[in-house]
Amino acid sequence: MTYYDWLGVLSVIMLVMFIGIGWWAYSPRNKARFDDAANSILDDEPVDTPNGDKH
Amino acid sequence: MSNAVAHPAYDYRTVRHFAIMAVVWGIVGMAVGVLIAAQLVWPELLASEWTHFGRLRPLHTNAVIFAFGGCTLFATSYYIVQRTCHTTLAFPNLARFTFWGWNLVIVLAAITLPLGMTTTHEYAELEWPIDILIAVVWISYAIVFFATIAKRQTSHIYVANWFLGAFILVIAILHIVNSVQYPVSFTKSYYVWSGAMDAMIQWWYGHNAVGFFLTAGFLGMMYYFVPKQAGRPVYSYRLSIVHFWALIATYMWAGAHHLHYSALPDWAQSVGMVMSIVLLAPSWGGMINGVMTLSGAWHKLRTDPILRFLVVSLSFYGMSTFEGPMMSIKTVNALSHNTDWTIGHVHSGALGWVAMVSIGSLYHLIPKVLGIAQMYSTRLINMHFWLATIGTVLYIAAMWVNGIMQGLMWRAVNPDGTLTYSFVDSLEASYPGYLVRVIGGAFFLLGMVIMLYNVYMTVNDAKQQDTIRDTSEPEPAAA
Repeated sequence: MTYYDWLGVLSVIMLVMFIGIGWWAYSPRNKARFDDAANSILDDEPVDTPNGDKH
Repeated sequence: MSNAVAHPAYDYRTVRHFAIMAVVWGIVGMAVGVLIAAQLVWPELLASEWTHFGRLRPLHTNAVIFAFGGCTLFATSYYIVQRTCHTTLAFPNLARFTFWGWNLVIVLAAITLPLGMTTTHEYAELEWPIDILIAVVWISYAIVFFATIAKRQTSHIYVANWFLGAFILVIAILHIVNSVQYPVSFTKSYYVWSGAMDAMIQWWYGHNAVGFFLTAGFLGMMYYFVPKQAGRPVYSYRLSIVHFWALIATYMWAGAHHLHYSALPDWAQSVGMVMSIVLLAPSWGGMINGVMTLSGAWHKLRTDPILRFLVVSLSFYGMSTFEGPMMSIKTVNALSHNTDWTIGHVHSGALGWVAMVSIGSLYHLIPKVLGIAQMYSTRLINMHFWLATIGTVLYIAAMWVNGIMQGLMWRAVNPDGTLTYSFVDSLEASYPGYLVRVIGGAFFLLGMVIMLYNVYMTVNDAKQQDTIRDTSEPEPAAA
Protein backbone atom coordinates (compact mmCIF):
# COMPACT_ATOMS: atom_id res chain seq x y z
CA MET A 1 0.00 0.00 0.00
CA THR A 2 1.37 3.40 -0.98
CA TYR A 3 1.03 6.61 0.99
CA TYR A 4 -1.82 7.67 -1.30
CA ASP A 5 -3.74 4.43 -0.70
CA TRP A 6 -3.53 5.09 3.04
CA LEU A 7 -4.93 8.58 2.47
CA GLY A 8 -7.93 6.96 0.77
CA VAL A 9 -8.37 4.56 3.69
CA LEU A 10 -8.16 7.51 6.10
CA SER A 11 -10.87 9.38 4.16
CA VAL A 12 -13.17 6.37 4.40
CA ILE A 13 -12.48 6.04 8.15
CA MET A 14 -13.23 9.76 8.69
CA LEU A 15 -16.46 9.48 6.72
CA VAL A 16 -17.60 6.40 8.66
CA MET A 17 -16.75 8.11 11.95
CA PHE A 18 -18.71 11.19 10.99
CA ILE A 19 -21.76 9.17 9.97
CA GLY A 20 -21.39 7.25 13.23
CA ILE A 21 -21.40 10.46 15.26
CA GLY A 22 -24.52 11.65 13.42
CA TRP A 23 -26.22 8.30 14.00
CA TRP A 24 -25.27 8.36 17.69
CA ALA A 25 -26.49 11.95 18.14
CA TYR A 26 -29.84 11.31 16.46
CA SER A 27 -30.59 7.78 17.67
CA PRO A 28 -33.93 7.83 19.56
CA ARG A 29 -32.28 5.94 22.41
CA ASN A 30 -30.20 9.02 23.32
CA LYS A 31 -32.92 11.67 22.94
CA ALA A 32 -33.86 11.94 26.61
CA ARG A 33 -30.23 12.09 27.62
CA PHE A 34 -29.44 15.00 25.30
CA ASP A 35 -32.64 16.83 26.25
CA ASP A 36 -31.51 16.61 29.87
CA ALA A 37 -28.10 17.98 28.91
CA ALA A 38 -29.69 20.90 27.05
CA ASN A 39 -31.86 21.74 30.06
CA SER A 40 -29.04 21.31 32.58
CA ILE A 41 -27.65 24.83 32.15
CA LEU A 42 -30.94 26.47 33.12
CA ASP A 43 -30.42 25.19 36.66
CA ASP A 44 -26.98 26.37 37.64
CA GLU A 45 -27.60 29.18 40.13
CA PRO A 46 -25.57 28.73 43.30
CA VAL A 47 -27.78 28.40 46.37
CA ASP A 48 -26.00 30.94 48.53
CA THR A 49 -25.57 34.05 46.42
CA PRO A 50 -27.90 37.04 46.43
CA ASN A 51 -28.86 36.43 42.82
CA GLY A 52 -29.77 32.80 43.38
CA ASP A 53 -33.32 33.45 42.20
CA LYS A 54 -34.46 32.07 38.88
CA HIS A 55 -35.42 34.44 36.13
CA MET B 1 -36.78 25.49 40.38
CA SER B 2 -38.18 22.16 41.46
CA ASN B 3 -35.00 20.12 41.29
CA ALA B 4 -32.95 22.55 43.33
CA VAL B 5 -29.53 21.01 43.68
CA ALA B 6 -27.05 22.58 46.04
CA HIS B 7 -24.15 23.94 44.03
CA PRO B 8 -20.95 25.27 45.48
CA ALA B 9 -20.51 29.02 45.40
CA TYR B 10 -18.56 29.72 42.24
CA ASP B 11 -15.13 31.32 42.10
CA TYR B 12 -15.71 34.62 40.32
CA ARG B 13 -12.67 36.72 41.22
CA THR B 14 -10.58 35.91 38.15
CA VAL B 15 -13.68 35.92 35.94
CA ARG B 16 -14.51 39.43 37.16
CA HIS B 17 -11.04 40.78 36.52
CA PHE B 18 -10.80 39.26 33.05
CA ALA B 19 -14.26 40.62 32.18
CA ILE B 20 -13.35 44.18 33.19
CA MET B 21 -9.98 44.01 31.39
CA ALA B 22 -11.80 42.76 28.28
CA VAL B 23 -13.75 46.02 28.16
CA VAL B 24 -10.64 48.12 28.85
CA TRP B 25 -8.50 46.35 26.22
CA GLY B 26 -11.43 46.44 23.81
CA ILE B 27 -11.38 50.23 23.99
CA VAL B 28 -7.58 50.37 23.60
CA GLY B 29 -7.53 47.99 20.62
CA MET B 30 -10.46 49.63 18.86
CA ALA B 31 -9.06 53.13 19.50
CA VAL B 32 -5.83 52.08 17.75
CA GLY B 33 -8.02 50.68 14.97
CA VAL B 34 -9.83 54.00 14.54
CA LEU B 35 -6.47 55.80 14.58
CA ILE B 36 -4.94 53.68 11.81
CA ALA B 37 -8.18 53.94 9.81
CA ALA B 38 -7.85 57.73 10.14
CA GLN B 39 -4.20 57.51 9.04
CA LEU B 40 -5.37 56.00 5.76
CA VAL B 41 -7.51 59.11 5.23
CA TRP B 42 -4.99 61.62 6.64
CA PRO B 43 -1.55 60.00 6.18
CA GLU B 44 0.27 62.65 8.21
CA LEU B 45 -1.75 61.93 11.36
CA LEU B 46 0.62 60.94 14.19
CA ALA B 47 3.11 59.66 11.65
CA SER B 48 6.24 59.13 13.76
CA GLU B 49 8.71 56.26 13.60
CA TRP B 50 6.81 54.39 16.31
CA THR B 51 3.23 55.32 15.45
CA HIS B 52 2.97 54.98 11.69
CA PHE B 53 0.48 52.59 10.12
CA GLY B 54 2.96 49.74 9.69
CA ARG B 55 3.88 49.66 13.40
CA LEU B 56 0.37 50.26 14.77
CA ARG B 57 -1.57 47.87 12.56
CA PRO B 58 -0.19 44.72 14.26
CA LEU B 59 -0.79 46.41 17.61
CA HIS B 60 -4.46 46.89 16.64
CA THR B 61 -4.92 43.27 15.52
CA ASN B 62 -3.09 41.84 18.53
CA ALA B 63 -5.02 44.07 20.95
CA VAL B 64 -8.49 43.32 19.62
CA ILE B 65 -7.91 39.60 19.02
CA PHE B 66 -5.71 38.56 21.92
CA ALA B 67 -6.38 41.29 24.49
CA PHE B 68 -10.11 42.00 24.01
CA GLY B 69 -11.05 38.60 22.55
CA GLY B 70 -8.61 36.73 24.78
CA CYS B 71 -9.75 38.32 28.05
CA THR B 72 -13.38 37.70 27.05
CA LEU B 73 -12.58 34.05 26.34
CA PHE B 74 -10.76 33.61 29.66
CA ALA B 75 -13.63 35.29 31.57
CA THR B 76 -16.44 33.40 29.89
CA SER B 77 -14.69 30.01 29.82
CA TYR B 78 -13.85 30.19 33.56
CA TYR B 79 -17.48 31.21 34.19
CA ILE B 80 -19.12 28.61 31.92
CA VAL B 81 -16.96 25.69 33.01
CA GLN B 82 -17.81 26.27 36.68
CA ARG B 83 -21.51 26.73 36.17
CA THR B 84 -22.00 23.84 33.76
CA CYS B 85 -19.84 21.47 35.83
CA HIS B 86 -21.36 22.60 39.16
CA THR B 87 -17.95 23.03 40.70
CA THR B 88 -15.37 25.71 41.48
CA LEU B 89 -12.24 26.39 39.44
CA ALA B 90 -9.46 23.88 39.88
CA PHE B 91 -6.18 25.51 40.95
CA PRO B 92 -7.51 29.05 41.63
CA ASN B 93 -3.95 30.32 42.07
CA LEU B 94 -2.96 29.04 38.65
CA ALA B 95 -6.04 30.83 37.29
CA ARG B 96 -4.74 34.02 38.96
CA PHE B 97 -1.41 33.42 37.23
CA THR B 98 -3.16 33.19 33.85
CA PHE B 99 -4.74 36.60 34.52
CA TRP B 100 -1.47 38.35 35.36
CA GLY B 101 0.51 36.40 32.75
CA TRP B 102 -1.91 37.16 29.92
CA ASN B 103 -2.06 40.86 30.81
CA LEU B 104 1.73 40.97 30.94
CA VAL B 105 1.80 39.52 27.41
CA ILE B 106 -0.55 42.29 26.28
CA VAL B 107 1.55 45.02 27.86
CA LEU B 108 4.73 43.57 26.29
CA ALA B 109 2.99 43.52 22.91
CA ALA B 110 2.00 47.16 23.32
CA ILE B 111 5.67 48.03 24.00
CA THR B 112 7.51 45.84 21.48
CA LEU B 113 5.29 46.23 18.41
CA PRO B 114 5.57 50.04 18.13
CA LEU B 115 9.34 49.60 18.67
CA GLY B 116 9.39 47.47 15.54
CA MET B 117 10.26 44.16 17.21
CA THR B 118 8.35 41.68 15.09
CA THR B 119 8.61 38.22 13.58
CA THR B 120 6.57 39.62 10.64
CA HIS B 121 4.15 36.65 10.70
CA GLU B 122 0.59 38.02 10.75
CA TYR B 123 -1.22 37.48 14.08
CA ALA B 124 2.01 35.89 15.39
CA GLU B 125 4.22 39.00 15.38
CA LEU B 126 5.43 38.79 18.97
CA GLU B 127 9.10 37.88 19.44
CA TRP B 128 10.31 34.63 20.97
CA PRO B 129 10.57 35.56 24.70
CA ILE B 130 6.91 36.67 24.62
CA ASP B 131 6.00 33.51 22.68
CA ILE B 132 7.43 31.43 25.51
CA LEU B 133 5.44 33.40 28.09
CA ILE B 134 2.26 32.88 26.00
CA ALA B 135 2.94 29.12 25.87
CA VAL B 136 3.40 28.95 29.67
CA VAL B 137 0.22 30.94 30.33
CA TRP B 138 -1.72 28.90 27.79
CA ILE B 139 -0.66 25.54 29.22
CA SER B 140 -1.65 26.83 32.69
CA TYR B 141 -5.02 27.82 31.23
CA ALA B 142 -5.47 24.32 29.79
CA ILE B 143 -4.60 22.76 33.16
CA VAL B 144 -7.14 24.95 35.02
CA PHE B 145 -9.88 24.35 32.44
CA PHE B 146 -9.49 20.60 32.01
CA ALA B 147 -8.89 19.97 35.72
CA THR B 148 -12.13 21.83 36.45
CA ILE B 149 -13.95 19.57 33.99
CA ALA B 150 -12.29 16.54 35.61
CA LYS B 151 -13.72 17.45 39.05
CA ARG B 152 -17.23 18.19 37.75
CA GLN B 153 -20.30 17.22 39.75
CA THR B 154 -22.34 16.48 36.63
CA SER B 155 -22.14 13.31 34.56
CA HIS B 156 -22.42 15.03 31.16
CA ILE B 157 -19.97 17.62 29.82
CA TYR B 158 -22.14 20.41 28.37
CA VAL B 159 -21.49 21.21 24.69
CA ALA B 160 -20.13 24.72 25.38
CA ASN B 161 -17.19 23.07 27.16
CA TRP B 162 -16.46 20.93 24.10
CA PHE B 163 -16.03 24.04 21.99
CA LEU B 164 -13.99 25.81 24.67
CA GLY B 165 -11.84 22.73 25.22
CA ALA B 166 -11.16 22.38 21.49
CA PHE B 167 -10.26 26.06 21.32
CA ILE B 168 -7.76 25.78 24.18
CA LEU B 169 -6.17 22.60 22.88
CA VAL B 170 -5.85 23.69 19.25
CA ILE B 171 -4.49 27.15 20.08
CA ALA B 172 -1.75 25.50 22.16
CA ILE B 173 -0.75 23.32 19.18
CA LEU B 174 -0.95 26.16 16.65
CA HIS B 175 1.01 28.61 18.77
CA ILE B 176 3.80 26.19 19.59
CA VAL B 177 4.25 24.85 16.03
CA ASN B 178 4.08 28.29 14.41
CA SER B 179 6.57 29.75 16.91
CA VAL B 180 9.50 27.41 16.27
CA GLN B 181 12.27 29.95 15.76
CA TYR B 182 16.01 30.35 16.00
CA PRO B 183 16.69 33.24 18.37
CA VAL B 184 19.63 35.34 17.22
CA SER B 185 19.30 37.86 20.05
CA PHE B 186 16.86 38.59 22.86
CA THR B 187 14.64 40.58 20.52
CA LYS B 188 15.18 38.93 17.14
CA SER B 189 14.55 35.45 15.78
CA TYR B 190 14.11 33.62 12.50
CA TYR B 191 11.65 30.85 11.71
CA VAL B 192 12.95 27.33 11.17
CA TRP B 193 10.45 26.95 8.33
CA SER B 194 11.13 28.65 5.02
CA GLY B 195 9.58 29.35 1.62
CA ALA B 196 6.21 27.86 0.68
CA MET B 197 6.38 25.56 3.74
CA ASP B 198 6.64 28.61 5.99
CA ALA B 199 3.70 30.25 4.20
CA MET B 200 1.54 27.13 4.53
CA ILE B 201 2.32 26.68 8.24
CA GLN B 202 1.71 30.38 8.85
CA TRP B 203 -1.76 30.22 7.27
CA TRP B 204 -2.56 26.88 8.83
CA TYR B 205 -1.93 28.85 12.03
CA GLY B 206 -3.58 32.04 10.82
CA HIS B 207 -6.82 30.56 9.62
CA ASN B 208 -7.18 28.29 12.62
CA ALA B 209 -6.65 31.31 14.83
CA VAL B 210 -9.85 32.46 13.12
CA GLY B 211 -11.44 29.01 13.34
CA PHE B 212 -10.59 28.17 16.92
CA PHE B 213 -9.67 31.40 18.74
CA LEU B 214 -12.33 33.55 17.04
CA THR B 215 -14.94 30.89 16.27
CA ALA B 216 -14.89 27.74 18.42
CA GLY B 217 -14.34 29.70 21.64
CA PHE B 218 -17.10 32.16 20.82
CA LEU B 219 -19.44 29.32 19.78
CA GLY B 220 -18.85 27.98 23.30
CA MET B 221 -20.16 31.33 24.54
CA MET B 222 -23.11 31.11 22.17
CA TYR B 223 -24.11 27.66 23.43
CA TYR B 224 -24.18 28.92 26.99
CA PHE B 225 -25.25 32.58 26.91
CA VAL B 226 -27.91 32.45 24.18
CA PRO B 227 -29.96 29.75 25.98
CA LYS B 228 -29.39 31.45 29.37
CA GLN B 229 -30.39 34.90 28.16
CA ALA B 230 -33.39 33.52 26.23
CA GLY B 231 -34.36 31.36 29.22
CA ARG B 232 -34.79 28.26 27.05
CA PRO B 233 -32.62 25.27 26.19
CA VAL B 234 -30.66 25.25 22.93
CA TYR B 235 -32.86 24.46 19.89
CA SER B 236 -31.21 21.10 19.16
CA TYR B 237 -28.59 19.57 21.40
CA ARG B 238 -28.14 16.76 18.87
CA LEU B 239 -27.37 19.26 16.12
CA SER B 240 -24.79 20.85 18.43
CA ILE B 241 -22.93 17.52 18.62
CA VAL B 242 -22.81 17.16 14.83
CA HIS B 243 -21.94 20.88 14.58
CA PHE B 244 -18.95 20.43 16.88
CA TRP B 245 -17.37 17.45 15.12
CA ALA B 246 -18.05 18.80 11.63
CA LEU B 247 -16.60 22.21 12.47
CA ILE B 248 -13.38 21.01 14.07
CA ALA B 249 -12.78 18.36 11.39
CA THR B 250 -13.14 20.89 8.57
CA TYR B 251 -11.52 24.10 9.80
CA MET B 252 -8.06 22.53 9.99
CA TRP B 253 -7.81 22.29 6.19
CA ALA B 254 -9.06 25.69 5.07
CA GLY B 255 -5.94 27.83 5.64
CA ALA B 256 -4.54 27.44 2.12
CA HIS B 257 -7.24 29.78 0.76
CA HIS B 258 -5.05 32.64 2.05
CA LEU B 259 -2.41 31.59 -0.50
CA HIS B 260 -4.39 31.38 -3.75
CA TYR B 261 -2.28 32.10 -6.85
CA SER B 262 0.92 31.94 -4.76
CA ALA B 263 3.93 29.58 -4.82
CA LEU B 264 1.88 27.05 -2.84
CA PRO B 265 1.24 23.90 -4.95
CA ASP B 266 -1.97 24.20 -6.93
CA TRP B 267 -3.52 21.08 -5.39
CA ALA B 268 -3.03 22.51 -1.89
CA GLN B 269 -4.82 25.71 -2.95
CA SER B 270 -7.70 23.62 -4.31
CA VAL B 271 -7.93 21.57 -1.10
CA GLY B 272 -8.10 24.84 0.85
CA MET B 273 -10.87 26.09 -1.42
CA VAL B 274 -12.93 22.89 -1.25
CA MET B 275 -12.66 22.60 2.54
CA SER B 276 -13.59 26.28 2.91
CA ILE B 277 -16.77 25.69 0.90
CA VAL B 278 -17.58 22.59 2.97
CA LEU B 279 -17.24 24.80 6.08
CA LEU B 280 -20.45 26.58 5.14
CA ALA B 281 -22.44 23.57 6.35
CA PRO B 282 -21.23 23.35 9.97
CA SER B 283 -21.09 27.14 10.26
CA TRP B 284 -24.70 27.57 9.23
CA GLY B 285 -25.76 24.53 11.25
CA GLY B 286 -24.43 26.24 14.35
CA MET B 287 -25.85 29.62 13.41
CA ILE B 288 -29.32 28.15 12.82
CA ASN B 289 -29.09 26.25 16.11
CA GLY B 290 -28.38 29.50 17.96
CA VAL B 291 -31.05 31.55 16.22
CA MET B 292 -33.74 28.85 16.51
CA THR B 293 -33.14 28.74 20.27
CA LEU B 294 -35.23 31.89 20.29
CA SER B 295 -38.26 30.26 18.68
CA GLY B 296 -41.13 30.99 21.01
CA ALA B 297 -39.12 33.72 22.73
CA TRP B 298 -38.77 36.26 19.91
CA HIS B 299 -40.87 38.79 21.85
CA LYS B 300 -37.98 39.08 24.34
CA LEU B 301 -35.98 40.91 21.67
CA ARG B 302 -38.28 43.90 22.06
CA THR B 303 -37.22 44.51 25.64
CA ASP B 304 -33.85 42.83 26.01
CA PRO B 305 -30.91 44.55 24.28
CA ILE B 306 -28.51 41.86 25.59
CA LEU B 307 -30.43 39.20 23.68
CA ARG B 308 -30.42 41.54 20.68
CA PHE B 309 -26.61 41.68 20.80
CA LEU B 310 -26.47 37.88 20.83
CA VAL B 311 -28.95 37.37 18.00
CA VAL B 312 -27.49 40.06 15.75
CA SER B 313 -24.05 38.54 16.34
CA LEU B 314 -25.41 35.25 14.97
CA SER B 315 -26.78 37.07 11.92
CA PHE B 316 -23.34 38.51 11.22
CA TYR B 317 -21.82 35.08 11.84
CA GLY B 318 -24.14 33.65 9.20
CA MET B 319 -23.27 36.45 6.78
CA SER B 320 -19.52 36.24 7.18
CA THR B 321 -19.46 32.42 7.06
CA PHE B 322 -21.31 32.62 3.74
CA GLU B 323 -19.01 35.35 2.46
CA GLY B 324 -15.83 33.48 3.51
CA PRO B 325 -16.48 30.29 1.51
CA MET B 326 -17.51 32.44 -1.46
CA MET B 327 -14.25 34.44 -1.29
CA SER B 328 -12.24 31.22 -1.05
CA ILE B 329 -13.40 30.20 -4.55
CA LYS B 330 -10.35 30.89 -6.69
CA THR B 331 -12.14 32.88 -9.38
CA VAL B 332 -13.82 35.12 -6.76
CA ASN B 333 -10.53 35.38 -4.90
CA ALA B 334 -8.87 36.64 -8.10
CA LEU B 335 -11.06 39.72 -7.71
CA SER B 336 -11.06 40.08 -3.91
CA HIS B 337 -7.46 39.22 -2.98
CA ASN B 338 -5.41 42.11 -1.52
CA THR B 339 -8.41 44.46 -1.76
CA ASP B 340 -10.41 46.07 1.04
CA TRP B 341 -13.06 43.38 0.56
CA THR B 342 -10.88 41.11 2.72
CA ILE B 343 -10.78 43.78 5.45
CA GLY B 344 -14.56 44.15 5.20
CA HIS B 345 -15.02 40.38 5.51
CA VAL B 346 -12.75 40.19 8.54
CA HIS B 347 -14.61 43.00 10.30
CA SER B 348 -18.02 41.55 9.45
CA GLY B 349 -16.79 38.59 11.49
CA ALA B 350 -14.75 40.51 14.06
CA LEU B 351 -17.14 43.39 14.86
CA GLY B 352 -20.44 41.79 13.90
CA TRP B 353 -19.90 38.29 15.28
CA VAL B 354 -16.97 38.12 17.72
CA ALA B 355 -17.31 41.52 19.36
CA MET B 356 -21.11 41.49 19.52
CA VAL B 357 -21.38 37.98 21.00
CA SER B 358 -18.63 38.99 23.47
CA ILE B 359 -20.42 42.18 24.44
CA GLY B 360 -23.76 40.36 24.89
CA SER B 361 -22.06 37.66 26.97
CA LEU B 362 -20.23 40.22 29.12
CA TYR B 363 -23.44 42.16 29.81
CA HIS B 364 -25.01 38.89 30.96
CA LEU B 365 -22.01 37.80 33.00
CA ILE B 366 -20.85 41.00 34.70
CA PRO B 367 -23.90 41.49 37.01
CA LYS B 368 -23.76 37.78 37.92
CA VAL B 369 -20.13 37.87 38.97
CA LEU B 370 -20.80 41.06 40.94
CA GLY B 371 -23.71 39.38 42.72
CA ILE B 372 -26.34 41.92 41.65
CA ALA B 373 -29.51 41.61 39.60
CA GLN B 374 -28.65 43.60 36.48
CA MET B 375 -26.43 46.16 34.78
CA TYR B 376 -26.61 49.78 35.97
CA SER B 377 -28.49 50.92 32.86
CA THR B 378 -30.41 48.89 30.27
CA ARG B 379 -30.98 52.06 28.27
CA LEU B 380 -27.22 52.46 27.82
CA ILE B 381 -26.95 48.83 26.68
CA ASN B 382 -29.59 49.61 24.08
CA MET B 383 -27.67 52.69 22.98
CA HIS B 384 -24.50 50.57 22.75
CA PHE B 385 -26.36 48.02 20.64
CA TRP B 386 -27.41 50.58 18.04
CA LEU B 387 -23.99 52.24 17.91
CA ALA B 388 -22.33 48.85 17.42
CA THR B 389 -24.78 47.72 14.74
CA ILE B 390 -24.71 50.95 12.74
CA GLY B 391 -20.92 51.17 13.11
CA THR B 392 -20.45 47.63 11.81
CA VAL B 393 -22.78 48.14 8.84
CA LEU B 394 -21.03 51.41 7.86
CA TYR B 395 -17.63 49.75 8.16
CA ILE B 396 -18.35 46.64 6.13
CA ALA B 397 -20.44 48.39 3.46
CA ALA B 398 -17.60 50.89 2.88
CA MET B 399 -15.06 48.06 2.54
CA TRP B 400 -17.27 46.05 0.19
CA VAL B 401 -17.64 49.01 -2.14
CA ASN B 402 -13.92 49.81 -1.93
CA GLY B 403 -12.85 46.20 -2.36
CA ILE B 404 -14.92 45.41 -5.42
CA MET B 405 -14.02 48.75 -6.97
CA GLN B 406 -10.29 48.17 -6.38
CA GLY B 407 -10.50 44.64 -7.79
CA LEU B 408 -12.26 45.87 -10.94
CA MET B 409 -9.89 48.82 -11.41
CA TRP B 410 -6.77 46.68 -11.01
CA ARG B 411 -7.90 44.16 -13.61
CA ALA B 412 -9.23 46.68 -16.17
CA VAL B 413 -7.17 46.72 -19.39
CA ASN B 414 -7.27 48.91 -22.47
CA PRO B 415 -7.79 47.37 -25.94
CA ASP B 416 -4.01 47.58 -26.50
CA GLY B 417 -3.38 45.49 -23.36
CA THR B 418 -2.11 48.26 -21.07
CA LEU B 419 -3.62 48.85 -17.64
CA THR B 420 -6.53 51.32 -17.59
CA TYR B 421 -5.75 52.59 -14.09
CA SER B 422 -2.60 53.05 -12.06
CA PHE B 423 -2.53 51.87 -8.45
CA VAL B 424 -2.74 55.48 -7.30
CA ASP B 425 -5.95 55.93 -9.32
CA SER B 426 -7.55 53.12 -7.28
CA LEU B 427 -6.18 54.59 -4.06
CA GLU B 428 -7.71 57.99 -4.79
CA ALA B 429 -11.03 56.37 -5.59
CA SER B 430 -10.91 54.62 -2.18
CA TYR B 431 -10.85 57.80 -0.06
CA PRO B 432 -14.64 58.15 0.45
CA GLY B 433 -14.80 54.54 1.64
CA TYR B 434 -11.89 55.10 4.02
CA LEU B 435 -13.68 58.08 5.54
CA VAL B 436 -16.90 56.09 6.03
CA ARG B 437 -14.81 53.39 7.71
CA VAL B 438 -13.40 55.89 10.22
CA ILE B 439 -16.96 57.00 11.04
CA GLY B 440 -18.19 53.41 11.42
CA GLY B 441 -15.22 52.49 13.60
CA ALA B 442 -15.75 55.57 15.75
CA PHE B 443 -19.40 54.58 16.30
CA PHE B 444 -18.30 51.14 17.44
CA LEU B 445 -15.63 52.62 19.72
CA LEU B 446 -18.10 55.08 21.25
CA GLY B 447 -20.36 52.14 22.09
CA MET B 448 -17.47 50.48 23.97
CA VAL B 449 -16.81 53.67 25.94
CA ILE B 450 -20.47 53.72 26.96
CA MET B 451 -20.09 50.08 27.98
CA LEU B 452 -17.10 50.91 30.20
CA TYR B 453 -19.11 53.65 31.94
CA ASN B 454 -22.02 51.21 32.43
CA VAL B 455 -19.66 48.56 33.84
CA TYR B 456 -18.02 51.12 36.15
CA MET B 457 -21.40 52.23 37.52
CA THR B 458 -22.48 48.59 37.92
CA VAL B 459 -19.35 47.85 39.97
CA ASN B 460 -20.17 50.93 42.05
CA ASP B 461 -23.69 49.63 42.67
CA ALA B 462 -22.28 46.27 43.74
CA LYS B 463 -19.78 47.92 46.10
CA GLN B 464 -22.48 50.05 47.71
CA GLN B 465 -24.72 47.03 48.20
CA ASP B 466 -21.71 44.96 49.29
CA THR B 467 -22.57 42.03 47.06
CA ILE B 468 -19.14 41.14 45.67
CA ARG B 469 -17.83 37.90 47.10
CA ASP B 470 -14.62 36.00 46.51
CA THR B 471 -15.55 32.45 47.16
CA SER B 472 -12.51 30.58 46.04
CA GLU B 473 -11.74 28.96 49.41
CA PRO B 474 -14.81 27.89 51.42
CA GLU B 475 -17.74 26.08 49.89
CA PRO B 476 -20.43 26.76 52.48
CA ALA B 477 -23.34 25.43 50.49
CA ALA B 478 -21.74 22.30 49.11
CA ALA B 479 -24.11 19.53 50.09
